[in-house]
Amino acid sequence: MELLIVGLSHKTAPIEIREKVSFSEQNMEEGVKALLACPHVNEGLIVSTCNRVEVYSVVPKRHRESARSEIADFLARFHQLPLDRIEPHLYYMTGDDCVRHIFRVSSSLDSMVVGEPQILGQVKDAFSCAANVQATGNILNRMLHKAFSVAKRVRTETRIATSAVSISFAAVELAKKIFGELEGKTVMLIGAGEMAELAARHLLNNGVQHIIIANRTYERAVRLAEEFRGTAVPFEELEQQMELADIVISSTGSPTVIIDRKMVRRIIKRRRNRPMFFIDIAVPRDIETAVNEVENVYAYDIDDLEGVVQTNIKTRAKEAAKAEEIVGSEVRQFTEWMRSREAFPTIVALREWSEEVRRGELAKTLKKMENISEADSKRIEAMTEAILNKILHRPITHMKRAAHDGDEGAVVETVRKIFELEE
Amino acid sequence: MDIVFFSVSALFLFVATIHYLLYLIYRNPLVPRVARYTLYLTFVAQVGFFATRFLKGSLPFGTNMYESLVFFSWCLVTAYLLITIKYKVPVVGAFVMPITLILTVAAALMPNKGIEEIPPALKSYWLFVHVPLSFMGDALFALAFGSGVMYLIQERQLKRKRPGAFYYRLPSLEVLDSLNYRALTVGFPLLTLGIITGSIWAQYAWGAYWQWDPKETWSLITWLIYAAVLHARLTAGWRGRKAAWFSIVGFLAVLFTFLGVNLLLSGLHSYN
Repeated sequence: MELLIVGLSHKTAPIEIREKVSFSEQNMEEGVKALLACPHVNEGLIVSTCNRVEVYSVVPKRHRESARSEIADFLARFHQLPLDRIEPHLYYMTGDDCVRHIFRVSSSLDSMVVGEPQILGQVKDAFSCAANVQATGNILNRMLHKAFSVAKRVRTETRIATSAVSISFAAVELAKKIFGELEGKTVMLIGAGEMAELAARHLLNNGVQHIIIANRTYERAVRLAEEFRGTAVPFEELEQQMELADIVISSTGSPTVIIDRKMVRRIIKRRRNRPMFFIDIAVPRDIETAVNEVENVYAYDIDDLEGVVQTNIKTRAKEAAKAEEIVGSEVRQFTEWMRSREAFPTIVALREWSEEVRRGELAKTLKKMENISEADSKRIEAMTEAILNKILHRPITHMKRAAHDGDEGAVVETVRKIFELEE
Repeated sequence: MDIVFFSVSALFLFVATIHYLLYLIYRNPLVPRVARYTLYLTFVAQVGFFATRFLKGSLPFGTNMYESLVFFSWCLVTAYLLITIKYKVPVVGAFVMPITLILTVAAALMPNKGIEEIPPALKSYWLFVHVPLSFMGDALFALAFGSGVMYLIQERQLKRKRPGAFYYRLPSLEVLDSLNYRALTVGFPLLTLGIITGSIWAQYAWGAYWQWDPKETWSLITWLIYAAVLHARLTAGWRGRKAAWFSIVGFLAVLFTFLGVNLLLSGLHSYN
């Protein structure tokens, strides 16, 4: 039994190749079945995302090399590509490296954007698809479940996925640090622009319920308001309307400042000091820097948000190191378990246990037999040994032969179960 | 026996405080759980402390400084546990439990740990009303203080636009401000009732409602500070920074009323 990974990812293959070998939801099942048809693949599953296509498999140790080319062939054949188109981009991993790789992938440590949350779901889907067609067995089942729990540990014990690494998400995060829950809050969008609209959309997705839209061209405001299901207001009423907004996103093409400190002072007074968060995405800026000095007002321009994002990226890198440590210790534990699944340690465990039984029973019997000669007791002892060896010979030979053929998994499992050899 | 309970409670409190502080840095979900459960144990051990002393003929609070300090720390633990039912923010513990621990250490350092006869002048049921009300009020002011400090830290990080070390751990400004406000709205009536019952008791015990004893004077000063901040909050829409600063100043007055007056000034309330 050996783990084998054959795959390619954003690190080794350009998008033109990745899109050609990827599996869709529709042909995934067919793919897994075709994979299992490879003569030396005992267990298998396929992870296919826009960044990677990887085949995780369990193969006989002795036939590792042939299994490897069978899987590469399968990938090419299935997608009707010549093998030499994909061969240069493929990587192979065996043994402990596989365990580490799968744990790292699930924990999003191998992702293009480290910490992105989708990958775990994708691996889970891949696993359930393979499990549905009975393509996974003991080893992959256990390993994938472990991978999911490692991913969970990484998410809860490190901050790898908590801090925003895009400007619009950073804005949402800051809003949450000021207002807590965003439910019932109102956002005002002044001007238009891709990034401003994106930020507004993120805020709406995070609970903001109302959006007010102001634009120098009223028709444009009306159009955007329809899109966001908000309220369009005339630009002349900017100040009165702003009083209702908790969050203001400004992104106009105005060459001069349109929101200054005096104006915000008036507004905040009318709001009875309820906090406000200003996000200035315009260049040149729409909001005077000094607005940030007004009490209960927080004003961020594009550079400030970029600064927050940079700090977050640095934090993520630091957190990734912690995550790697978690993965490392989990890999050690898992490979220990893998080793116990091999024939040799199982044979040793079986021998030790039966020897213990033999000695115990022998001692009990000899204690009851009085007046027995030294020679006789030796003979009885030799007999117990002989019985044991004869009985054990068969299962042990069986396990050794299976190990030689590389499919000891099932036998070892059975022996461990019926003799209750669990550690 | 009471000294055993005291030591055990101090030990649990120490472990809890350490874990609340660790929670600021570590994300291991075990850390806040350990903190919370050791705090439950602290609570139980402190109750054991009062129970054993009560059985030996003492009152749970207020006959000497040692008992008062333990009682204050118990009030703080209780107030914190109550408030975290609504506010699921263990990080508050990191700012409040050190105060509790300091009170407990101060109690341990008190030379006089004996059980005293209550001065005959004070033997009255009013004791059961006046002392717990005052201490519970003070405990809520300590929570307001803790959330005020947290607010100022978080506000500074947001104004400076650089997420610092505790940025992710500290709750939002809104939550901190509301916690601060809640603590004041509960603490203030308790303090008010504490002062009123105290003066009724004083009338019985000393024959006068109010004698400008240092404790009384400082209680009044504390009361005025909190009355001012609550008034400003309700009428002028004060919130955030100013309210946070005021609750810090207010708590310093609380501490002086409780400790400073007893240790530095002499008067009717300073027994020892």
